Amino acid sequence: MIEVKSLTKAYGSFVAIKDVSFKADRGQILGFLGPNGAGKTTTMRIITGFMPATSGTVLVDGLDIFTQSLEARRRIGYLPESPPLYADMRVDSYLRFVARIRGVARGKIDEAVEHATKVCGLDEVAHRICGQLSKGYKQRVGIAQALVHDPPVLVLDEPTIGLDPRQIHEVRDLISGLSGDRTIVLSTHILPEVSQICDKVVIIAYGRVVLEESLKALPAGTSLEEVFLNAVATERHADPAAAEEALEEVEAGHST
Amino acid sequence: MKNALTIADKELQTYFVQPVAYVVMTVFLLLSGFFFFALLRRFNVMLEIYGAMQNAQQLERFNLNQMVIEPLLHNMAIVLVILVPAITMRTFAEEKRTGTYELLLTAPLRTGEIVAGKFIASALLVLIMIGISSLFALILVGFGNPEVGLMASGYLGLALLGVSFVSVGVFTSSLTQNQIIAAISSFGLLLLLYVISWPAQAGGASFAGLLKYLSLPDHFGQMVSGIIDTQDIVYFLSVILLALFLTQRSVESARWR
Repeated sequence: MIEVKSLTKAYGSFVAIKDVSFKADRGQILGFLGPNGAGKTTTMRIITGFMPATSGTVLVDGLDIFTQSLEARRRIGYLPESPPLYADMRVDSYLRFVARIRGVARGKIDEAVEHATKVCGLDEVAHRICGQLSKGYKQRVGIAQALVHDPPVLVLDEPTIGLDPRQIHEVRDLISGLSGDRTIVLSTHILPEVSQICDKVVIIAYGRVVLEESLKALPAGTSLEEVFLNAVATERHADPAAAEEALEEVEAGHST
Repeated sequence: MKNALTIADKELQTYFVQPVAYVVMTVFLLLSGFFFFALLRRFNVMLEIYGAMQNAQQLERFNLNQMVIEPLLHNMAIVLVILVPAITMRTFAEEKRTGTYELLLTAPLRTGEIVAGKFIASALLVLIMIGISSLFALILVGFGNPEVGLMASGYLGLALLGVSFVSVGVFTSSLTQNQIIAAISSFGLLLLLYVISWPAQAGGASFAGLLKYLSLPDHFGQMVSGIIDTQDIVYFLSVILLALFLTQRSVESARWR
């Protein structure tokens, strides 16, 4: 469903990601894991066609995101790092606008907006103004806009960041409820999140993929934490300071 | 085209919710109303003076078009130089700053549709504003006998001028994520186009010709004085198309490898 083929992105002399490849099949929830600054957001922005890669490509449902961009983008729902809300719009008219620009047929817009509102639990705030919502609701409106056109692929960039523990649980439940036929790629630096809702994990560190494994295929008895530490440790020699930061990230993630 | 209209619709609503539209329109109409009042007052006083002097020849030459409408249109054009950048500065810069740019660029929209939508909304706002100000002209028709054809030609010129300003403003907004930078640079560009013919007398004939051709008020002035020449209309349309083309390139460049 999604095939990332040896993506490299360089900003001048700084290489953000290097030769990143992985695959997610139909119906899979893929956890995209890595310390902050590892290149998660860059990769997701390339997958969704927001920015070009320096080399390599992405196939979404067999469509190349660069050469068949319009068709490929039609199949993706995307929640960027911060939910892309228009602060002055009401939630319902915002979702209606997103449905229209994402190409939902005129007659089906009401239905699509209603469905997204219900799935994301936004009924109470449907008439409120986006800019006045709490962080948790903003995040949920962000997820609602990503799935309003019922896309086969969802790309969610840190969907649970900045939420309180109860909201984190709600959003996780929401995401696992969304899977079904859908392919979901979600990035996070919180390990338990991956073991709870994902089928497959891809770990990225310092711009490289260090592990791509189905969660079931992990050796019995080993926790995801060990796997992560081992994977990151292999890259540690390259940059000791960064590895230490990665460790702190993991501990911070573990306590949430 | 449908997508462009969807974006235009949303943009126009934002103008009225934010409420940039009301503020800009109020300022524009207050200032033009003041100019209208001042010019009309001057016209009246002069008419009385010449009337008292019983100078029939001088009195003949007095007319509303030359003494009220023409200077009014020129004054409104200068107000637009200042106000249009305030309208257009948010079009792209705000989206970039708030992160909604990612939503627009990852949606299945062509770059041209995004640019067209933004342009249509801002242009409509400016046209609505100019449309309301045509009340002044209607007042003159009601209480005097100005030449309607001349006024129509002048207003057409003002509309073309306003829409050209919008296209330049949308372009500068697409270059930055800072609204103030967008506004100041489009203000600078418009002012430059406004005064560009000033050194024309100093240069040679071809130099003067070039500067005069680039000058906005020269083309606008022709239409205000009642001459609708295809050369002027082509000039305005080229400014609009060039600015929109550059905007499209600048937005599209985010996708270049």
